[in-house]
Amino acid sequence: MSMAAARQPGEGRIGWALLRLWSIAVYLFMFAPIVVVILLAFNSSRSGAFPMEGFSLQWFGKLFANQSIVDAFKTSLILAGTSGALATVIGIMAALALVRYSFKGKEGIQTFLSLPLLMPEVVMGVALLMFLKFISMPRSFAVLLLGHTILSLPYVVLVVQARLVGLRASYEEAAWTLGANRLQTFFEVTLPLISPAIVGGFLFAATLSFDNITATLFWKKPGIETVPTKIFAMLRTSISPEINALGAVMIVITILLPLIGGYMVRRFAKTK
Amino acid sequence: MSSVELKKVEKHFSGGVVAVDAIDLDVPDGAFVTLLGPSGCGKTTTLRMVAGLETPTGGEIRIKGQRVNETPIHQRNLGMVFQNYALFPHKSIFDNVAFGLKYRKVSKSDIAARVKQALDIVRLPGVEERFPTQLSGGQQQRIALARALVIEPDVLLLDEPLSALDANLREEMRGEIKAIQQRIGVTAIFVTHDQGEALAMSDLVVVMNKGRIEQRGAPAEVYEHPRSEFVANFLGNANFVSGTVAAVNGKRVSVVLADGARIDVADSARAVEMGEAVNVIVRAEKIELGGGGLAGTIAAVDYLGSTARYDVTLAGGQKVTALATIRDGARRVGEAVSLAIAAEHCRIL
Ligand SMILES: Nc1ncnc2c1ncn2[C@@H]1O[C@H](COP(=O)(O)OP(=O)(O)OP(=O)(O)O)[C@@H](O)[C@H]1O
Ligand SMILES: [Mg+2]
Repeated sequence: MSMAAARQPGEGRIGWALLRLWSIAVYLFMFAPIVVVILLAFNSSRSGAFPMEGFSLQWFGKLFANQSIVDAFKTSLILAGTSGALATVIGIMAALALVRYSFKGKEGIQTFLSLPLLMPEVVMGVALLMFLKFISMPRSFAVLLLGHTILSLPYVVLVVQARLVGLRASYEEAAWTLGANRLQTFFEVTLPLISPAIVGGFLFAATLSFDNITATLFWKKPGIETVPTKIFAMLRTSISPEINALGAVMIVITILLPLIGGYMVRRFAKTK
Repeated sequence: MSSVELKKVEKHFSGGVVAVDAIDLDVPDGAFVTLLGPSGCGKTTTLRMVAGLETPTGGEIRIKGQRVNETPIHQRNLGMVFQNYALFPHKSIFDNVAFGLKYRKVSKSDIAARVKQALDIVRLPGVEERFPTQLSGGQQQRIALARALVIEPDVLLLDEPLSALDANLREEMRGEIKAIQQRIGVTAIFVTHDQGEALAMSDLVVVMNKGRIEQRGAPAEVYEHPRSEFVANFLGNANFVSGTVAAVNGKRVSVVLADGARIDVADSARAVEMGEAVNVIVRAEKIELGGGGLAGTIAAVDYLGSTARYDVTLAGGQKVTALATIRDGARRVGEAVSLAIAAEHCRIL
């Protein structure tokens, strides 16, 4: 390869230039829409589209004056927080069982737990709905909570499992020999040592829930809206500048949350 | 009194692996006992069964006379030192050493005093505020020792605690662990595959092979009087010279090699018959170069500084290894030598 490059230096340079151009195009394609949404959220024009007429925060103001949007935000945050916490607690226990204990049917449970990862969300959505109908349970917030927990559980399990596998059993064994029972060892040794994975897993799960629309549309009770379903509903009437503002807020939350989490984990690791 | 007793203890793992095969062992109170053997012979499994980290599939384990098979690990009051130290990385040295005391109804002020005392014992005073990663490997292992000793365990269990350290530190720590153990008087079971460690530290060496105990005894006894070829071979550089029994006089036996050379054995471990084919076992460092009855040529030389290891081809074609002190320069490959082997250093098993 280096020989070819030495013989035809020009070709190598063109190749690199093309590659660079291609990368820029890919990034543009990925990030331009996001930038556009954020820019337009500050546009003073009524149309919600280009050209920019002036800088304004009025759409954010309108957003928070709109009770249905504020309600959707509340629902989304509560849903993301609780389903994330539920998935984290269940996920930790599942990961512990899968990594630290051997039992019959372990492989099966492992596969079963990662099934929601592979299953198309539409199928998951319909399946849970049919099941609820079968046991004649009406759609409710609880159903939404259950659904979101199931959807984000595999991510938590995977993240925590990876951390546990990397954690030598001898820390826990040392604690046992020193007189700590299983529960004390879990809280004193295991939990602190896997805490970065727990924080990461929770944020992952919460973000997934906050973002989710497909399955949510199937599960939500009429009248309950999450932020994504609210945007979806608003889009059906018109593209209003409010939607841009809402989109901007969504973007900031879903990007900022994991960043804060990552920072916290690193800070945490350093002080130790 | 025995501190730890194993009675027909065995461990079968799933998949038909017999890690430990019905071993009997008595560890006297205050003794330093070493389990010595090659990789996979079941040393760690034996130690972990005493600790409670593995459940025996058969037999009985007693600590201080009490059967402990059903006692959970955290109620056994044992101190364990792991190969990789296993200090809690998220806890300060103080919290690491104090860990076991928290579960033992010790008052706050007593905890502080005992942690300090333990750190003094391992000669690392004043590191309470540090974290494990801020200590060197040798220091971390000392803390691990302090953490295990501070709870005043009935038995101290050590699984290859020195193998992660470099050679110099290993020798230093070896002496230190032994000194601390003697000073405190705690019973210790030490696992290693390093015969040097085993011989230097132990009151009792237990040589294991394939899940069984091959031989046990004081270091000198096991080294000087191996009862099997395995033990002779594992504990130092044994040569096996094959020949035919030519004369028997009580325990004194003469063996003639294929080339007609003769080796006298002062103390045969078993009765042999005239004309029987036997292996004479002799340690490399017991073979003297020069002035003996066996003729040979030097096939290879390993220069080791104060000594040299010579591979010598005997006249009959057999190869032996001799470890000799170098006086006026090492001998050269191809040089003809005569070997002297004293009868009292030869054994027949
Ligand atoms: N959890 C396990 N499951 C199945 N087999 C095991 C398990 N632990 C150990 N073994 C097997 O039991 C045998 C003894 O293992 P053990 O760890 O006691 O050896 P060891 O003497 O400590 O060796 P080393 O010097 O390599 O540490 C080995 O054949 C090993 O493969
Ligand atoms: Mg081992």
